[in-house]
Amino acid sequence: MSEHYPALLVILPLLASFFISAAGWFRPVLCFPFTVAGLAGSLLVSLGLLGDVMSGGPVSYRFAGWDPPWGIYYRVDHLNALVLAVVSVVGFINLLAARSSVEKEFPEKAGPFYTLYVLFMTGLLGMVVTGDAFNLYVLLEIAAITGYALIALGKGRAPLSSLHYIFMGTIGASFYLLGVGYLYIVTGSLNMEDIARLLPPLYESKVVTAAFVILMVGVWLKMGFFPLHAWLPNAYTHAPSPVSSLVAPLMTKVMVYVMIRMVVTVFTLDFAFTFLGLNDAVVWLAVVAIVMGSLLALSEKDVKRMLTYIVVAEVGYMVGGFWLGNSAGFTGAVLHILNDALMTLCLFLAVGNIVHVKGNSRMESLPGLFRTMPWTMAALVVGALSIIGVPPTCGFFSKWYLLLGALEAGHYGFLAALLFSSLVSVVLFFRIFEVGYFEPLGGSHGSAHGDDEHVVREAPLGMLVPLWITALGLILVGLYTGEIVGRVIRHAVPAMML
Amino acid sequence: MEPLYSIMPLIAVLVSLGVVPILMSSRSANVREAWTFGAAALKFLIVLSMLPTVLEGRVLVCTIAEVLPGVAIRLRVDALGMLFALVASSLWIITSAYSIGYMRGLKEHGQTRYFCFFALALSATIGAAFSANLFTLYLFYEMLSFATYPLVTHHQDAEARRSGRKYLLYIVGTSIGLVLPAMVVAYYLSGTLEFSGHGFLPASSSPILLGVLLFMFLFGFAKAAIMPLHAWLPAAMVAPTPVSALLHAVAVVKVGVFCILRVLTEVFGVELLASLNLGTAVAYVAAFTIIVASLIALTQDELKRLLAFSTIGQLSYIVLGVALLTPKGITGGMVHIAMHAFGKITLFFCAGAIFVATGKKYISQMAGIGKQMPLTMAAFFIGVLSVIGLPPTGGFVSKWYLVLGTLPADQWSMLIVILTSSLLNAAYFFPILYRAFFRQEDQSRNDVAVGEAPLWCLVPLMITAVGCILLFFYPFIFLRLAELAGS
Amino acid sequence: MEDILRLIIEKYNYWIYITLMMIGLYAIIAKNNLVKKIVGMNILQTAVILFFVSIGVKRGATVPIIEHAHDGAHHAIRAAEYINPLPHVLMLTAIVVSVATLGVALVIAIKTYQRFLTLEEDEILKQIREP
Repeated sequence: MSEHYPALLVILPLLASFFISAAGWFRPVLCFPFTVAGLAGSLLVSLGLLGDVMSGGPVSYRFAGWDPPWGIYYRVDHLNALVLAVVSVVGFINLLAARSSVEKEFPEKAGPFYTLYVLFMTGLLGMVVTGDAFNLYVLLEIAAITGYALIALGKGRAPLSSLHYIFMGTIGASFYLLGVGYLYIVTGSLNMEDIARLLPPLYESKVVTAAFVILMVGVWLKMGFFPLHAWLPNAYTHAPSPVSSLVAPLMTKVMVYVMIRMVVTVFTLDFAFTFLGLNDAVVWLAVVAIVMGSLLALSEKDVKRMLTYIVVAEVGYMVGGFWLGNSAGFTGAVLHILNDALMTLCLFLAVGNIVHVKGNSRMESLPGLFRTMPWTMAALVVGALSIIGVPPTCGFFSKWYLLLGALEAGHYGFLAALLFSSLVSVVLFFRIFEVGYFEPLGGSHGSAHGDDEHVVREAPLGMLVPLWITALGLILVGLYTGEIVGRVIRHAVPAMML
Repeated sequence: MEPLYSIMPLIAVLVSLGVVPILMSSRSANVREAWTFGAAALKFLIVLSMLPTVLEGRVLVCTIAEVLPGVAIRLRVDALGMLFALVASSLWIITSAYSIGYMRGLKEHGQTRYFCFFALALSATIGAAFSANLFTLYLFYEMLSFATYPLVTHHQDAEARRSGRKYLLYIVGTSIGLVLPAMVVAYYLSGTLEFSGHGFLPASSSPILLGVLLFMFLFGFAKAAIMPLHAWLPAAMVAPTPVSALLHAVAVVKVGVFCILRVLTEVFGVELLASLNLGTAVAYVAAFTIIVASLIALTQDELKRLLAFSTIGQLSYIVLGVALLTPKGITGGMVHIAMHAFGKITLFFCAGAIFVATGKKYISQMAGIGKQMPLTMAAFFIGVLSVIGLPPTGGFVSKWYLVLGTLPADQWSMLIVILTSSLLNAAYFFPILYRAFFRQEDQSRNDVAVGEAPLWCLVPLMITAVGCILLFFYPFIFLRLAELAGS
Repeated sequence: MEDILRLIIEKYNYWIYITLMMIGLYAIIAKNNLVKKIVGMNILQTAVILFFVSIGVKRGATVPIIEHAHDGAHHAIRAAEYINPLPHVLMLTAIVVSVATLGVALVIAIKTYQRFLTLEEDEILKQIREP
């Protein structure tokens, strides 16, 4: 059984999608249990895989027994085992929270929603697990197309935002495909490891450089790396809450993984860092991304929209950290994939709860929220502290590694950008907390609202429990950072960086 | 001697943290207050139980999690930490009593929240006292910053909001903007953050870099209110008086100073500082703060603001003492943590008691108050003596050591600073006493003669006043701890 | 001049796909009508497909089906005579993907039309700004 884990990871949710969509026609009640079953399956499998990789090293899988480079080949090493676990955990927790929102916002579309949900997860998990560049494109499009449809479920201008996302996403995916095409021209292979083996004598070729640049632009477009981020805030803001809290934590993070995988495994660090020497330029781009993301977030009056700009800034963290080109920076970037996925999930879930109760997440609807929704706001505080980077929440530790990496690389611009964005986050979140805590402004000794007055109007328990699991997860992951880095990420660091 | 593994430090930190859920769920004020007392007493007893071991010169260690290579969340009880923890945990009991009187007397809102965050803040303080490395210290430092924000802004009005912003801007801005990068650089240079008696920074690093690092730490721990980063402290006086008393005269500011002490003695180490002549530089910054803060205090009319500026000056005594880098100076600085805590908390309690009983905040309104509230003002007098450093109060002991510390260092200028500032202290405190005891009350506005504050307020301030005097006669535990820490 | 001409003529397939791609990109970015944008997007995808297909072409070569003689012996395999089928096969998948994307995009465009009663982007944005 366990030797089929890599395939099961993708097949289980894919199979589940058929059952869910059938159930959507005949017995809509069954949709949710089927989805839970499918995703719980892939969650268990991905955790099992992580365990296998930790104890026995990388695992590979040949579809239908075809050897690489001919057949489709899945390979799980420490890097993608970790990302797989993150993706399936986040997808599963968010699913639990999604139920109440779905019942409230679009009960008649439960069937399609859950079908798209598992297909989206199929695409993401597949992208992470695959060792084949073209296979990755197909799975990327599966995740993207379902993502477009999910986002278009939202109210108001959601369809328009989704269309813009389609245009940008398609350009990004086409660029990726084009890059793979150029690689195919020079190497005649699509298997990542095979390409890496064939490439070194071809570094001088302009085609390889062209492939690299086109591919990177495509991937950056998909992850919303500044200045290619324009589609992201609208799409993530106007999506329904359970979709925002699914897509925002996962899509960008998985694309960061794809970037790392492409550079490390396909093109190799030798080519990207030594031969092209692009690293300094890309880190400066990341600096701009972090600074601009933070500043744009400052100008927003809607909490959800503000969070999307934080996502833009956080993408800069990961891209910059990776391109620093040293072990600490790499560790920071990979750790931040894990941490940022959880932090973003926590924040978007909290905002989802606010939207569920208040109807929107604009600043005007926040006053007095600490009193009426104490649990949601407390979790929001934990998430915010993690984004700011306060120990022992996990956000601190990835920031620590990134800072250390910046220092080792002597890249003080990146160091300053990280600190700047932490400070801006303090302002961002305390602006929210101030509104939630102070307003309506009490008198000096406001006896009008005494202790005995309890006007709690919280989100349903089904949304609070996942939120709190995530919030506690932020602290636990922080405390176990040493374990995670020592037992997983350290083995993923490419030899050249050590 | 070998460190002793023990979970007692962890329990000491967690006691007040564990009581938070109970406080939150209890509906009745009496139950809540009983739990607060229970936790405070338990915490004090736990801290006390570790005292004999520490006095033997041993340290207790407790590792919670290894989070980064070479860096763990680790608690360690040594002499300096014990000194601070003793002060903080004993004063928590007294302040709890005082809080109950004050909050009930003024019928404040949000008392549950108040006691919860109070308990959290105390956890963070004890955690900081028992930190074994810079990272753990930073962790509890930040925890304290965020836990005290709701306390500072307790009144939830426009003024509290303004002050809260200022508080966060100074405290969190400096800790993220200065301490965090300094910590990363320190880790980068030495590969560890573990405190050690001789400092852990390699002496081979560039002197300029070390100097910059030192000042990043010095100003980064802005809770110590070293000028020019002091403005948050007077602003934070909008908080209810017990908060000001414990947090802004004892816990928060002392954590800041405590962090600086740790950095001076166990990150850089006395030898390294002496060889680079950095001690003198720090001493000058501290001396500047002492004099300027005292001068500003002279001009204040609001009693709590005056006390705030007095605190700013007194904190720099502690930094100054250690920056002298002489054994006597270090002892004096460390003991001053305890002595100043008792003296200043008495003064704040008195200010609060006056406010509860009469509603007066300004010194100019306090004519003749000594006749209405003789016990309170007597305690105030004792507190004043201790802060100025006159016998028979504890403040004299620490100041004596500070003066002795300047002599072998040939720092005559520092000796002059200490003596001048004592005079200035007297100059801003005695007019208050004069007005309270010898000036006739303004008859025109006086309607009802008021008496003393409620017993819950009065008893704690009497206890701390008596404490000030006792510390003059029995300072030995603190002296011994400070000497152990300094050696 | 001659070099450039030769570059254009010899690699004409690249020039065509790049031209098509630019047309697609131009339509996506500059057109105001959402359906025109969708058409541009599809042109872009088709350009990439064309690129893949064109790199798989080999003049005078045949399909890579190895003929077996009746006695079971193999003919000699001459790789130069066969076309690499893989780029073409891959494009079957890519065409499916592009059709799916097109379908989703059109459905969402219809939904947009139902909500705003127009497909002109500036008019939709005006409606959003002045509700």
